[in-house]
Parts: sequence; C-alpha cells; structure tokens
Amino acid sequence: MFRNQYDTDVTTWSPAGRLFQVEYAMEAVKQGSAAVGLTSKTHAVLVSVGKTNSEFSSYQKKIFKVDDHIGVAIAGLTADGRVLSLHMRSECIHYKFLYDSPLPVGRLVVQLADKAQVCTQRSWTRPYGVGLLVAGLDETGPHLYLNCPSGNYFEYQAYAIGARSQAAKTYLERKFETFPECSRDELIRHGVISVREALAEGKLNGSNCSVAVVGAGEAFSILDPKMVQQIIDSLDDKNEEPPADVAPVEGEQGAVQDDTDQGVAPMET
Amino acid sequence: MLAAAQKDEKKDQALKNHVGHPQTGRDCPFTLLNSPISHTQYPYVTGTSVLGIKYKDGVLLASDMGGSYGSTLRYKSVQRLKPIGKHTLLGAGGEISDFQEIVRYLDELILYDNMWDDGNSLGPKEVHNYLNRLMYNRRNKFNPLWNTLVLGGVKNGQKYLGTVNMIGVHYEENHVATGFGNHLARPIFRDEWHEDMTFEEGVKLLEKCMLVLLYRDRSAVNKLQIAKITEEGATISEPYAIKTHWELEAFKNPATGAVGSW
Repeated sequence: MFRNQYDTDVTTWSPAGRLFQVEYAMEAVKQGSAAVGLTSKTHAVLVSVGKTNSEFSSYQKKIFKVDDHIGVAIAGLTADGRVLSLHMRSECIHYKFLYDSPLPVGRLVVQLADKAQVCTQRSWTRPYGVGLLVAGLDETGPHLYLNCPSGNYFEYQAYAIGARSQAAKTYLERKFETFPECSRDELIRHGVISVREALAEGKLNGSNCSVAVVGAGEAFSILDPKMVQQIIDSLDDKNEEPPADVAPVEGEQGAVQDDTDQGVAPMET
Repeated sequence: MLAAAQKDEKKDQALKNHVGHPQTGRDCPFTLLNSPISHTQYPYVTGTSVLGIKYKDGVLLASDMGGSYGSTLRYKSVQRLKPIGKHTLLGAGGEISDFQEIVRYLDELILYDNMWDDGNSLGPKEVHNYLNRLMYNRRNKFNPLWNTLVLGGVKNGQKYLGTVNMIGVHYEENHVATGFGNHLARPIFRDEWHEDMTFEEGVKLLEKCMLVLLYRDRSAVNKLQIAKITEEGATISEPYAIKTHWELEAFKNPATGAVGSW
C-alpha cells in the first residue's frame, strides 16, 4: 500500500470505496507475531509465538484468560489488545452478575466488534490495531472467532493471524478436516506444529510459545511452560503424522487425571 | 422594642417549618429531619398465594385469580401467572401493579434476547437471577416491588423452580409457595410431593392445597388457574373452580356446644 491523499483520516472514503486508515490498522495485525486458533467438537486451543524486546526481557504476553470459558490470543498492538481483553473480562463478569450464567461467546464477539466499529466512524479515535482470536465454550459447543480492527468478526474452524501466518494456515488447511474428531492432546499438537511453521528463525520452546485450552469440563487455562516444552520435544521424537496412540506421552498434561509416570518425559531418555 | 423584635423572630421560626434536607438539600418538613428518606410503600391491590411444584416433565404452577383491595375481594379475574419467553413461567403474590411492571421488564429483556437471533436464549436460571438483582436493588433504595415471585421453567431437560421476594431473599426448591401457601400448602408438599410425579398427580396435589387455601385464606377466591411448563413450552389453563364441601356436622348445628344468646 502506498500513501495517498485519502488516507489521513479514518472518516475519509477513497474513490474506490476504501477506508485506508482501517486497512492500515489491519496491517498492524499482520506485523504482530503469529497466533493460531483451532477447534474440535469438544475443545478449542490457542497457540502463539512470543516476541521479546531484547535478550534480557520477558516474552510478550499474547494469550489472555477472559473468563472460565473464554480466552483470547492477540496479534498487533499489544496495548490495544490488553485494553480490549480487560473490556471483555468486564463484559463477562457483568453478564455473570446479572444472569448467573456464562456469557455466550458469540455475543461477546459481537459486542467487541461493535466497539471496534465505533472507532472506524469517529474522527477523534483511531481504530484498534489488534486482531483477536477469541476461543470459547458455551452451550452450543466450542467456538473460535476472529475480531478485526475493521469491526468485522468471523467464525472459524481454525485460523492463524500475524507474521507468516500463511505458512501456519497452509498446515491447517491440510489438516483441518480431522480436527472435529481430534482429542484434546492431538488438537494441541496440531496447534503447536502449525505455529512452528510460522517461525522464521530459531526454535520453539516453552518460553516463546504459549498454549491455552478450553473444553468440555475444562476451564480456560494457559499451559505451564514446562508442559509446553514437553509437547514441543515430543514433536521432534515423532514425525509430523501423529500415530493414533499419541496420547500416552501427553498423559501428564493439564486436566487429565491419570498421574502414573508411564508417559516418560522425552527429555529423560 | 426588643421584646417586639423577639416576638417577630418567634413568628418567623414558626413559619420556617420547611428547611433544606441535610442530605439532599431539597425542601423538607422540619419534623422529618431526623428520619431517613423513605419511599417504602403500602400495597393496594394484592394477590394471595402462588404454588409451584416440579413434576416428571417440568414444572406446575397454581394460583387463583383474585385481586384484593385490603379486606375487599375486589377483582376476580386477575391473571397472576404469565409465560416469559420460551422456557419460563412467572407467578406473583403481592402488589398487582408491581407484578405488571415486572412482566414489562421481563418482556423487554426477552425481546432483546431474541433480537440477538443467535441460537442462545435466557433460561429460567438466568431470569431468576435477573429478577433477584432487580428486587434486591429496589429494596436497597427503600422502594421495593412489593411481590413474592415464583419462577419455574425447563431448559435443555433441566427443570428449574425458584422464588424471589421483595427483600431479595431467593432460593430454588422442588416445591415453593408464596404468602399463606407457605403455611398451608408447603407442609402438604413435604408429606406428599415426590420426584417424577405425573401430570395428573401434580394437578391433584396442587388442587388439594388450593382447596385448603380456599377454606382458610380470606383473600382466596374460587377461580383458579394451573400453568404447566415443559421442554415444549408453557400453557396456562382456562380459569375454573373447585368443589367445596360444607356439609360437616359442625356446620349443621353451630350452636351445639354453646347454646344461649352468648
């Protein structure tokens, strides 16, 4: 995109019917590091790659818990993403207070989209420069939505946003038809593999990769970095096509109650 | 001269019986300065008991159609049971105008819920909690909605029955009642209610309690409705009356035990 005389203001249309400021805001999303979301019949998973400011700093937080049943991964202006996550938490709590019930994901997403739309139609506010992958569970099952700075929202089976997300999407396109029947752990594997595709250089590890899950009987939680490291290591042991009995190695993760030590941590062999 | 001036002052003081209220600054009679602001009302047209029980397919509610004006049984066709959306039934005792206001709030709530048009809908638990918020908030402002509400419904196979009152006390139970129903009907429910009653058994139990209320509650009228809510939806029966029996021996010769003009 090149600079032109219609791009100064969000309230100026171009002759071709475009709002350039909104499109520039979407560019900010593409500059952010990758985030991937995917759903099965029972679970929704978010995986993201973190960036650091320098070798000494911590990794940027990309995934936020919004409520027990909803979480969000962001790409773009982190500050905008944080502010929107806080707003989403407030909406969820308010609904819970009024109705003693979890806010349906679709309704939260629409409220968020309407909030973003406002900024595309005022001359004194700029659009939010962040894309949000909202993963959640409600009465109608697990859902994944994308919220754009434009105020649009879309529901997806699986999607990726941010830098080199096309590589991640290519992997997802190959595999997404198997997702509905995937187990929780298989789904997480697919998410981590697809995010690995979006990595330009360096290796995924428990620090720069965040994984979060929500599902039937499992509240939204961000996995411990050690857990994530185990998953990443297990990818190296096996080839990309996970065999049907992949579950045992991941048997120690998260909500799975089985705590026998039969799934030996790959690092120890 | 001084005495005259003092007399004037006294006169002024007597006229100055309206002052600014220390909290609101608004005009306030002097005599009320030490009492808190209150809007607490009195009910004018009231409904009496509402009964509710869970049964096999859902929930049954019963109430009569009376609206009393103090001790006068003034209105005899007041519908005190209303369906709310697809999944819920609401019954109320207490001030009828406040019940109508509550129904208006709930209709608006359901309307906005439907306007989302997204496959989600507010169930009885959600409506109950909303009502609790409403009633409790009004109570905190000393301006209550003078009602005791019974809320029953079914959603996704889950039966729900609860109650909220004007001070915000709320709970769920297998059988609930308002007003006199708590004293006369609930003991019968405790003895005779059981899980998974059939529709006929449920109606029989409710009618038995309504009969007791008819005999013993002075605000009861013999014109009642029974409402049913199941997964399929809500239905409210046409009004009908129940048979009462006055042939008891004691009624035939009332003066038997105490002959005489006293």
